Amino acid sequence: MRVEVDEPKCIAAGQCVLSAPEVFDQRDEDGIVVLLIEEPGAELHAAVKDAAVLCPAAAIRLVGE
Amino acid sequence: MADTLAGTVNDGAESIPEFPMPRADSCPFAPPPALRALHAETPLTKARIWDGSTPWLVMGHADQRTLLADARVSTDEHQPGFPHQSRAMAETLDHRPPTIFNTDAPEHSRFRRMLTAPFIFKRVEALRPAIQKITDDHIDAMLAGPKPADLVTALALPVPSLMICELLGVPYTDHDFFQEHSVTAVSSDATPEESQAAAGALLNYLMGLIDTKLTEPGEDLLTDLAERVRAGETTPPEAALMAVVLLIAGHETSANMIALGTLALFQNPEQLALLRDTDDPKIVAGAVEELLRYLTIAHTGQRRIAREDIEIGGQVIRAGDGLVFPLSSANWDPDAFPEPDTLDLQRPARHHNAFGFGIHQCLGQLLARVELQIVYGTLYRRIPTLRLATTLEEINFKHDRLAYGVYELPVTW
Repeated sequence: MRVEVDEPKCIAAGQCVLSAPEVFDQRDEDGIVVLLIEEPGAELHAAVKDAAVLCPAAAIRLVGE
Repeated sequence: MADTLAGTVNDGAESIPEFPMPRADSCPFAPPPALRALHAETPLTKARIWDGSTPWLVMGHADQRTLLADARVSTDEHQPGFPHQSRAMAETLDHRPPTIFNTDAPEHSRFRRMLTAPFIFKRVEALRPAIQKITDDHIDAMLAGPKPADLVTALALPVPSLMICELLGVPYTDHDFFQEHSVTAVSSDATPEESQAAAGALLNYLMGLIDTKLTEPGEDLLTDLAERVRAGETTPPEAALMAVVLLIAGHETSANMIALGTLALFQNPEQLALLRDTDDPKIVAGAVEELLRYLTIAHTGQRRIAREDIEIGGQVIRAGDGLVFPLSSANWDPDAFPEPDTLDLQRPARHHNAFGFGIHQCLGQLLARVELQIVYGTLYRRIPTLRLATTLEEINFKHDRLAYGVYELPVTW
């Protein structure tokens, strides 16, 4: 699974951080998403899927899993 | 039968229900029975609001998320046909400049990104000790005072108010002035003139404070905004207005959750015991999500307007149609939350719509969560015998306010 984040769409809600803090962070100056792991391991897949579903701005895309 | 429950008005061939509908006296926590009945019949249908217009009522959890995240759905209240919350909102339209509330992308993005830094996960987590201290201090004061006490004035209102002060960077010496005017600005007891005067005093005060922060910076939102004024990205009046908007949006909401949540827990003693006796922060966090879902205090329906035709659920929303999103309908949608009328603090509830959805989802939600985790996680543990000092029937609920809650909560221990 590859994770893509759409920075212009991101509204800094931080729901991704609550779901999968190993994979997502927020930048200090405005809270926009920072992708920490582009291809997370299988043990993180459920949490990353949660993050994608819960993102209010639909800024997380999951490719091929 | 459903027509009678929904209070429909016979309009020729079509019966169009009126919105909003009243809650049942017997269950002040549940959404209006007529709204639930309507949702069960058809999750997407037109309703008549205060001005006679008939926007779409979008009740299903999935439909709400789909549409609130759709770029064709706008918050621009200046569009003709926008389904305003009230006559007062419609008539004061010209007094409201563009803000984070009433703009779409890309203008909205500019406002939002000026305000997000203090609310990010890292920063609100760093506020935990301060929130814990404010909570404990207020519980100490309540315990030292007379019984019964009013939980609203003793704890529910001051904790969020003081947190907003911290966040904004209001000096401690000015807290009383700030709190006094904040309470008046959002108070239901104040006259419109008194509210406006209080809001005006706050705006002036904040503009002065922003100016001070240009030369005496702190680590707070007003300093962030002062920097943006210096960089020419915003003006002092616009910055002060954003700060007041945050104050009003984040003040009564958290206060209402604390008081109304306490009342709901009093009515569900097994759930209260679970929360009181747990050591596990995950259980407390989960309980907060379920209380957000169950109570859905933003209860007047989020308002939008379609910019283009949108096909959904076999129907077509036309460009220019108004849209109303009753968040409690989504949060009590049995397809999303089985047995929604049960307060079950251990059910998975993170997918609730209590903070809305789409690009306008609550800016302060991470702070709200931390505040509620700390208050709910502390109050019942510190006062295990806390109980209602009156009956449910005597409680006055904020039926007609933008945010649902209680006016007072007499408690004893």
